[in-house]
Amino acid sequence: MAEAIAHAKHAEAHGHHGPSGILKYVWSTDHKIIAMQYMFTGMLMAVIGGLMAYVFRMQLAFPGISVPGFGVVSPGEYNSLVTNHGSIMIFWVAMPVLIAAFGNFLIPLMIGADDMVFPRINRLSFQVFFVSAVLILASLFVEGGGFGGAWTAYPPLSANAEYNLTALGSTLWLVAVALEFVAFLLGGINFIVTLMNSRAPGMKAYDIPIVCWFIVIAAILFMLSVGPLIAGAVMLLFDQTLGTGFYDPTRGGDPVLWQHLFWFFGHPEVYVVMLPAFGIVVEIIATFARKKLFGYKLVLYTAVITGVLSFFVWAHHQFVAGIDPRMANIFTVTTLMISVPVAELCFVIIATLYGGSITLSTPMLWALAFMAEFLIGGVTGIFLGASGADIYFHDTYFVLAHFHYTFFPIAIIGTFAGITYWFPKMFGKMMNETLGKIHFWGTVIPFNVIFIPLFVLGAAGQHRRIYNYQHFPDLAGPEFQRLRIIATVALLVMLVFQLVFFANFFLSLRRKEKAPRNPWRANTLEWTTESPPPHGNWPPDEMPEVYRGPYEYSFPGRDDDYWPQNEPA
Amino acid sequence: MSFAKPIATTRSATGIPTGRLAIWWVLASEVVIFGGLLGSYVMHRLGHPEWADAAVHTNTWIGAFNTFVLLTSSFTAVLAHEAAHDGEGKQAAKYLMLTIGGALTFLLVKSVEWGIEISHGYTITANGFWAFYYTAAGLHAAHVIAGAVIMAFIARDAWRGRELQRVELIGIYWHFVDVVWIFLFPLLYIAK
Repeated sequence: MAEAIAHAKHAEAHGHHGPSGILKYVWSTDHKIIAMQYMFTGMLMAVIGGLMAYVFRMQLAFPGISVPGFGVVSPGEYNSLVTNHGSIMIFWVAMPVLIAAFGNFLIPLMIGADDMVFPRINRLSFQVFFVSAVLILASLFVEGGGFGGAWTAYPPLSANAEYNLTALGSTLWLVAVALEFVAFLLGGINFIVTLMNSRAPGMKAYDIPIVCWFIVIAAILFMLSVGPLIAGAVMLLFDQTLGTGFYDPTRGGDPVLWQHLFWFFGHPEVYVVMLPAFGIVVEIIATFARKKLFGYKLVLYTAVITGVLSFFVWAHHQFVAGIDPRMANIFTVTTLMISVPVAELCFVIIATLYGGSITLSTPMLWALAFMAEFLIGGVTGIFLGASGADIYFHDTYFVLAHFHYTFFPIAIIGTFAGITYWFPKMFGKMMNETLGKIHFWGTVIPFNVIFIPLFVLGAAGQHRRIYNYQHFPDLAGPEFQRLRIIATVALLVMLVFQLVFFANFFLSLRRKEKAPRNPWRANTLEWTTESPPPHGNWPPDEMPEVYRGPYEYSFPGRDDDYWPQNEPA
Repeated sequence: MSFAKPIATTRSATGIPTGRLAIWWVLASEVVIFGGLLGSYVMHRLGHPEWADAAVHTNTWIGAFNTFVLLTSSFTAVLAHEAAHDGEGKQAAKYLMLTIGGALTFLLVKSVEWGIEISHGYTITANGFWAFYYTAAGLHAAHVIAGAVIMAFIARDAWRGRELQRVELIGIYWHFVDVVWIFLFPLLYIAK
């Protein structure tokens, strides 16, 4: 009853005194609207990051060409494009969409709450994030151009303006990244506390949908790994602007310190974005295989172990940085160890699929593609985790292709899986399946055609971050150039097919017929409310209660092949 | 602007009030920030025994006085919590104002101390020790300022008898700021 009264007051405060019109969306504290703010900002940044890839891939395939829509790419612009492509895709696409957008949208709905525990901090989180996005874009247009010292920003290149030639650009880049961290710390604490405290009555720890667990574990990983880098970023900022020598060996500093601080964050960050994508895939696989998730507790503990191990693998990025070979041995062992829990997650998904009654809908195709492509990324990572092989592969296109085979499934395939699955709940309309499948094949096939040639080039010794390979006799041959052109053409095809997605997205929004509450016949709580859910998610006197776990599909002896969490036994 | 809390904020599946749970997570994130900075400092200090020559010039007595000031302000923060626990908002606000007074004293002493050091040429660019000295103490001072500002808002609310549970939360944060200084004082002042 107390809840009902609180909610009535809540509705009153928002319904009658809140801002109206467009301001309603800008200043809203509703978790669903904040999720959409994150998602649309992330999508816009994804388009920008993708177009950057188009420009520098054109330069690599056809050196010196005047790229349509951009012009001739100068060496400085090339460096700035590859740096900001990486930074934007990780910090302004993968993080906001996978964690912030899906976390904001799903956590309160899936645990049966009306909002996040701190709605105004949630809004502040997006506002800080938005400022950081504006800053990173502004940094491209200041005098000297955008920062070009790679997304890893190793000093001394990042610390000294006389080397990077982008005094203002590199400082703006650093401030933008730091603000982005602040935004996700604010958001992350909100997610963690909401999941811990605000679950629906009856929802025990093992009744929480896996995707919520994974987003929260990711938020904890982020929080515990980013701290040292925040300290490191302050030191780098002082090196840039005040002239301190934290990373300058001639003045008592150490450039390898930055590498440690960066990768102590940078490697857990891989799992920070991987876990939400894995969680989305788990939800979709269970729903469309109509089977109970294989080993709920196993999945959960595996994710926790992955998270713990991820703090002890960072130096595998530094095998050639002059670290002690004995340390390299230790980090080789831990790196190979972390492939065990990740492989376990893949096996769990295969076991869930086994014997299931599988529907190959668009979200399911994306989920299955995630597994297939991520597997290639994971397996090629074994070569790079072993210090002996890594010394040869380090800083080649093999590394580049490897991490694109992890990040593309995570940030792009995982996101499309999530959007196509929850679109009916987000917007109250169904998406078009035919257009969805065209977009799916038009994305996944070109993706492989882009990056398989890059594995070959990398194994042949092609180094990363080179403006024009025609300047290197060993790499200038036509057999190499042909592979570069194939990759670039495939990228163009993939970018064009994204138009199908946007067409599907906006045409579906304009559809007349409304989506039903539970189009996929799924068990989790978000499907028990209207599509899209109203402010407060459920009427205050009908807040859901939970009686069972989220994956009771095809329960023996039941007529329906699903059993919603809120249905009394 | 009036703001009604959602149902989510009033629930407590763990049995720990939402605000207290959140403030501990905030502290966890702060611990790793200062941990990274101080860890970097300790590693460098071990590799550079000559930094001891620079550390000699820090004034241990001023540092000790500031330690005393911060510890005392933590004591008044505890008194504020007790008063808030008993529902005495005005009393809690008074103790919070005393705590803010401690913060201001700390910052005043710190500015005088830095002023003297800078006038002697020990600036942030002088060498590695001074770079860490100003960065670590500066980051801590930023936390003192932030805490004092937030405390002022909470004291205003407490005076009006509102949101008394927040008195405890700012107290937890204030103890953390205190603890960070307990680490900084020996590392920057006593270790010569």
